[in-house]
Amino acid sequence: MNIDNPLVLGIETSCDETGVGIVRGTTLLSNTIASSMDEHARYGGVVPEVAARAHLEAMTPAITSALADAGVTLDEIDAIAVTSGPGLAGALMVGVGAAKALALAIEKPIYAVNHLVGHVGADVLRVPQSATAGSSEIDAGEIQYPTIALLVSGGHTSLLLVRDLVSDVELLGETIDDAAGEAFDKVARLLGLPYPGGPEIDRAAVGGNPKAIRFPRGLSLPKDHEAHRYDFSFSGLKTAVARWVEKKQDAAEQVPLADVAASFREAVVDVLISKALAACAEYGVPRLLLGGGVVANARVREVAAARAAEAGVALRIPPLSLCTDNGAMIAALGAQLIMAGHAPSGLGFGADSTLPVTDIQVG
Amino acid sequence: MLLAIDTSAGTSVAIVDPSTGSIVALRSTPDTMRHAEVIGTLLAEALSAAGVRPSSLDGVVVGMGPGPFTGLRVGIAAARTFALGAGLPLHPMVSADAVARQEKVAGRSDTIIVVTDARRKEVFWSLYDLSGAEPVRIDGPGLSKPDALPHSDARRVDAAEIPGAQLALAAAALLAAGLPLASDEALYLRSPDVTMPSGIKRVTQ
Repeated sequence: MNIDNPLVLGIETSCDETGVGIVRGTTLLSNTIASSMDEHARYGGVVPEVAARAHLEAMTPAITSALADAGVTLDEIDAIAVTSGPGLAGALMVGVGAAKALALAIEKPIYAVNHLVGHVGADVLRVPQSATAGSSEIDAGEIQYPTIALLVSGGHTSLLLVRDLVSDVELLGETIDDAAGEAFDKVARLLGLPYPGGPEIDRAAVGGNPKAIRFPRGLSLPKDHEAHRYDFSFSGLKTAVARWVEKKQDAAEQVPLADVAASFREAVVDVLISKALAACAEYGVPRLLLGGGVVANARVREVAAARAAEAGVALRIPPLSLCTDNGAMIAALGAQLIMAGHAPSGLGFGADSTLPVTDIQVG
Repeated sequence: MLLAIDTSAGTSVAIVDPSTGSIVALRSTPDTMRHAEVIGTLLAEALSAAGVRPSSLDGVVVGMGPGPFTGLRVGIAAARTFALGAGLPLHPMVSADAVARQEKVAGRSDTIIVVTDARRKEVFWSLYDLSGAEPVRIDGPGLSKPDALPHSDARRVDAAEIPGAQLALAAAALLAAGLPLASDEALYLRSPDVTMPSGIKRVTQ
């Protein structure tokens, strides 16, 4: 195997995206994503069985397409990387089964990796200019460690301290109830907006006053400081929005949709960025990396950029195609493990829906 | 030689030589909960025991079910990517065909209904005529309550495991006879379990 610059194919199936990506060392070659989001829309959220069925159908076409986009063949691949967890168990198992058999068929090693650490791994990728549609406005050269990483999606809201990508990742905090993306979905629904909620809330918030309504910032009171300094909670926020809207409706008053959407979004963004920057300050780490699908939200990026600059924190945001779930980030983490000299995983690993971030590689 | 993978019940991996009808390697477990964990090891062990490299096989036979979904998908995903990776044709089969062939090999020539667990107090069934040289599926696969099984005149064969080697040999027989195999779609026979969202619930009392 080419240890200095390995050609790695990564497979990601932890939620509703079938991702297959190919990297050579730190260079992104292809990033195929087949999403089953449309199939979930009418249910108002991801249905695990629907997602798992879609992964099974999308898997081999996605592999074929990723190879074609990268201009490489399977016999050139040095190793397979796959998400072992965390995520939806039935969805993860499709990727695990597919990856193991593919590795055996091409007689190459396999690396089972952590999905959340993969989101951080996305940042090491150098992206050819042509592939940077919707790219980050911030690029500060090569990633430096330690860094704080804030990963925000429909399934996760986690704050990590990454001292080393392949050997030392610590969970500082995570959501104790809903993920931030889930809160967007639920509030969109109570405002009569479709799924997924993030872009809908964004649209509705145009022209709204983010300070019109002071919605609660979960786990941000002094009494939360001890036990939940870096944890998140969005369930109470969702209920607060519902109560506020109901009060207006009961009084037969018009609900100011733009103000509600903007104020809700501001509450989410405020608590996310405040906690992330507090971690930067407390740990003396002037670097913050954002990842996860919620980073697609323009207001998240805007507030993060402004407040990180104020705090003297260097902000990194990978291109959006690498922020949402994808196989390239899994391949990138696999390549990093190989380049650091880590041995491959055995064949006995499974899908671990609650895999802790400290388990960067499994098996 | 043909490789067979079935995870519609436990996990069964077999390598057979259709020219002699011999079973070259067989690795299986009746465990119905750990398909993703065991599939790689069983495949590696079967290949090693047979002393063949993936690309020198002639095809991959896969049980498309019916069977409990989560496990079933592991085998189908594995078979598809193995075939892709090794550049082999994929031969999808109804999993219960293997059980029918096992009965035939044991010398039976009657009509049987193969019954496997579908969880949620239901069973999957398939009806076979064993009177010819090879079993012929004449009805099913279907899904039923255990007390509402059709074809009560057929001899009932309850199967907790799918013999992968018989699945491969059944596929070889169909291929040799130019008969159609199963379609390359998982046999779920049940829609995803989803509840449509109800109306928006009030939070204020």
